[in-house]
Amino acid sequence: MAECHPVGFQWVMEAKARGATLIHVDPRFTRTSALADVHVSLRAGSDIAFLGGLVNHVLQNEADFREYVLAYTNAAAIVREDFRDTEDLDGVFSGLDTEHRTYDPATWQYEGADVPSVAGEGDEEFEERTQAGATIREAARVEAHGSGGAGVSGDIHTDETLRHPRCVYQILKRHFARYTPDMVEQVCGVPPDTFRQVCELVTANSGRERTTAFAYAVGWTQHTVGVQYIRTASILQSLLGNIGRPGGGILALRGHASIQGSTDIPTLFNLLPGYIPMPHAHADQTLESFIEAEGTVKGYWGNMRSYLVSLLKAWWGESATADNDYAFDYLPRLTGDHSTNETVLAQMEGTCKGYFLMGENPAVGSTNAKMQRLGMAALDWLVVRDFALIESATWWKDGPEIETRELRTEENGTEVFFLPAASHTEKSGSFTNTQRLLQWHREAVRPQGEARSDLWFTYHLGRRIREKLAGSTDDMDRPILDLTWDYPVHGDILEPDAEAVLVEINGHDARGAPLSAYTELKGDGSTTCGCWIYCGVYADGVNQADRRKPHTEQDWVAKEWGWAWPANRRILYNRASADPDGRPWSERKALLWWDPEHRRWSGPDVPDFQPDKPPDFRPAEGARGPDALRGTDAFVMQADGKAWLYAPAGVVDGPLPAHYEPHESPFTNPLYSQQSNPIRQVVKHPVNRYQPPGSPVFPYVTTTYRLTEHHTAGGMSRWVPYLAELMPEFFCEVSPELAAERGLEHLGWATIVSARTAVEARVLVTERMTPLTVQGRTLHQIGLPYHWGPNGYSTGDAANELAPVVLDPNTHIQESKAMACDIRPGRRPRGPALLEFVRDYRRRAGITDETGMEM
Amino acid sequence: MSQVSPGPPRMGFFTDTSVCIGCKACEVACKEWNAIPEDGLNLTGMSLDNTEKLDANTWRHVAFIEQRKPLAFQEPGVRHTGPVPDLATPPAEAPMTPMTPGEPGDLRWLMASDVCKHCTHAACLDVCPTGALFRTEFDTVVVQADVCNGCGYCIPACPYGVIDQRKEDGRAWKCTMCYDRIGDGLQPACAKACPTESIQYGPLDELRERASERLDTMHAAGVTDARLYGDDPNDGVGGTGAFFLLLDEPEVYGLPPDPVATTRDLPAMWRHAALAAAGLVGAGVIACLRSS
Repeated sequence: MAECHPVGFQWVMEAKARGATLIHVDPRFTRTSALADVHVSLRAGSDIAFLGGLVNHVLQNEADFREYVLAYTNAAAIVREDFRDTEDLDGVFSGLDTEHRTYDPATWQYEGADVPSVAGEGDEEFEERTQAGATIREAARVEAHGSGGAGVSGDIHTDETLRHPRCVYQILKRHFARYTPDMVEQVCGVPPDTFRQVCELVTANSGRERTTAFAYAVGWTQHTVGVQYIRTASILQSLLGNIGRPGGGILALRGHASIQGSTDIPTLFNLLPGYIPMPHAHADQTLESFIEAEGTVKGYWGNMRSYLVSLLKAWWGESATADNDYAFDYLPRLTGDHSTNETVLAQMEGTCKGYFLMGENPAVGSTNAKMQRLGMAALDWLVVRDFALIESATWWKDGPEIETRELRTEENGTEVFFLPAASHTEKSGSFTNTQRLLQWHREAVRPQGEARSDLWFTYHLGRRIREKLAGSTDDMDRPILDLTWDYPVHGDILEPDAEAVLVEINGHDARGAPLSAYTELKGDGSTTCGCWIYCGVYADGVNQADRRKPHTEQDWVAKEWGWAWPANRRILYNRASADPDGRPWSERKALLWWDPEHRRWSGPDVPDFQPDKPPDFRPAEGARGPDALRGTDAFVMQADGKAWLYAPAGVVDGPLPAHYEPHESPFTNPLYSQQSNPIRQVVKHPVNRYQPPGSPVFPYVTTTYRLTEHHTAGGMSRWVPYLAELMPEFFCEVSPELAAERGLEHLGWATIVSARTAVEARVLVTERMTPLTVQGRTLHQIGLPYHWGPNGYSTGDAANELAPVVLDPNTHIQESKAMACDIRPGRRPRGPALLEFVRDYRRRAGITDETGMEM
Repeated sequence: MSQVSPGPPRMGFFTDTSVCIGCKACEVACKEWNAIPEDGLNLTGMSLDNTEKLDANTWRHVAFIEQRKPLAFQEPGVRHTGPVPDLATPPAEAPMTPMTPGEPGDLRWLMASDVCKHCTHAACLDVCPTGALFRTEFDTVVVQADVCNGCGYCIPACPYGVIDQRKEDGRAWKCTMCYDRIGDGLQPACAKACPTESIQYGPLDELRERASERLDTMHAAGVTDARLYGDDPNDGVGGTGAFFLLLDEPEVYGLPPDPVATTRDLPAMWRHAALAAAGLVGAGVIACLRSS
């Protein structure tokens, strides 16, 4: 966190100054470790075993916060009798479809629950559901639950004594029993003493009076079991009572400015603003059937109609009417998986012909960078908007494939347009970062030359397309022509007014007055709102994101600094900071309490709860939406109002996390005979060959990461001399022991090899890299910062050349944080000799097109 | 008669290296604000420090020091058994990042942002023949680039090796404590950019008080080798306007353990020289008398 989020790390330092203990778990001793009380070095790719060990410690020692667990989690829920755990099936869950590499999640459900709501109704729904695994996964449907839970309804059976053998608590206990300290040592290479120290610190700092927070960089997501990493942390934090309380939580440290914003108002193929799923191309899908299938009966997703209709009104205004389902048919429909890597495959196959790259440099920044470049090389046209001529804009004339003669400039047909982009100081807008906080920034200087903001580009592109289509009678053009595309522009470059976009996002009522909360949204077309969770950011006609009242002039929650979605509440699920009766669990950690006199929830934060719903509230028969939640159902976005220790639906690769080895691992899985995630997404392609597990040809583990001095794929830093001079070239970090074993010289060159290719890097030998003992043998790990590429002022090979395209089945995120590789002294071969060099490695490892494809 | 208002208090930097996270934001902010040229691309192999030292084009420098030493009760989580090379090995020949020897398995990583000390007795200022170097109303020491004639006398005069001549223009350059910001009530760029308040700017008296409290806290926390550097008005430079909390001997950070203003003995030297000259004159007179 100190390395990649130095500004946010100031708060960690402040907590430390107030007595907090800081534990850093990372393969490498980094700048964060230097400031931590405890640094735990573990094998990259083994976190579920480590966290699972913590869960086991909590369960075996009954160190959970029992009152919290009983009140706010699904520990007491009873699971169907036909559910089978990894304990029963040696590493897989019931419902595995080996032919389609999917799970049917039906058996994972609660006893008494109706059905998982992934589509349609009645028998038809059953039809859907039998192939639901494939359907959900292909369209990354689970991601659509980003702001809430998957559907669960019906009369769920529970056992408040937690003794029923099929209650979640008992299933959890059995499931994690094998994650012993000894197993943690075998899998992670963490000595039992160190592990015990972490267990004791985490449990001692959780409970009524104390809370523990987990912060992870998004490297946790870059595994074939990435979602399950975070699920394991969620289980642990829920058991310890660390969710919804000050100083608790699981904080996803986002990769760059407004990445949180880019999922809230998404650049993802499968989401509409506010985590409303993108509709599928089902022939008979109407607004009603869509809401029926995607919304939930209970909880705030029960109001999805209001959110969606208001969105459609914001986009299509007068053209969206009750008669035409509020232009629901104008929305594009999904036909399958259109995520990044699938799109690259479609490019190579020739079905995807055009590509916009806006502030992204996949030619060095994405996994298996060669595949990315070959995808772009098959396009008809490519538009690159960036600050400088990044590698994604020049691969056709000087990329690695030109050198290896796999591509020839004169034969390449892709038309490449490069358009200079304005930087954040040259435009106005908002950032939404880790803590869901919107902060407004203003243009400080006019963009230089022909550089323009993304807003300018998108608006004027839309304007020109609309001008070209004007007068068209083709129905296909209606969704474009009917858009409310009327933003005011200013200045000589006709920059659209960013605040006008914020006003549209906030939404207004029938009289045109700005709305102040999403609870005001209506499903009858009388309100508009561009993103329901952002509703209120322009309450009272004031840009709430632009507030900058110093923390010294307000209380510790500091609600008047920026604006946090939803409804400016700073801690989600904060109902859980009070006990079931509405009293804070502790005075030290008081955030919200029931005020019986005024019959309202009160406290420094905005309640994440209906503000006048008393703790003893019981819903009426047949109640829907938030009204169907009890006064103790703190997890208001979940259909059952509970934190899920066990996920009966919504996670495609299992209701519980299990340690699986990375797709390419030098070790076999000591926990189960199932080696890797059985439904990880594999891509069979000649430029994406996989390494066999346990191959002695690739005996080391490598992980990629960022340095403070550079930014992601380098487009914002390698061209900046003040940054480039601080980290002037690509290097690898190795231990003195590995240097001795492989004859690597400090400051000399090393070549790092995978089944895809080889890269060269300068060598930094340091004791900050430590050998580990894993399964009785010494393991060396190699650290590779991934910022470089051949262009710019500071240059070097791209670490992402090495990584395979193999994906988490929920999110389609690649496994780039734990790979097996080889390392040898000296520079890599150039030109076609490089291809032969890697082919030789593949031959020695016995790699065929079937390697790694097994389940 | 109107009273002469007292000037602003002496302003300074307190750099608390115990909370430095090595982000180098101070280096970049300094270069941005002062429009300092870049220094070239040079991977040094000295931990993550590719800046190496303060010079004409680097007015803030973050040192990274890897040591086989424990940091109070920190658990470093590394396991090594072999020896580490002699620290005297030149970096280019060293088999690894330079490392202070110690018990195998111990590791701490010190980071520290160095800067011009703005000495109470500033030798650079004493030797400057043009008046380009001057003491400001904030009691800081600043070079006026438009007055400096590039004579270079100040460079060997600095006991810390801070001030340096820029090859391109021949003039001497160093930290101004952002003289063009603090006069407007702004913090110096480095202090403003520092995310963890490792670099603190303020009235020197207040900073010294704060530093002494911080030192007590560190000692109480078991960091017994923590110490202040440059806070003593009785040291060889009369105390510094920029002082530090260090976690080890100053030499570890490349700082002189007992800096002395190189001009401190000048008055005495002049007296000796005058005496010697008088002696010479006397001898000459005697010689003249004798010869006559």
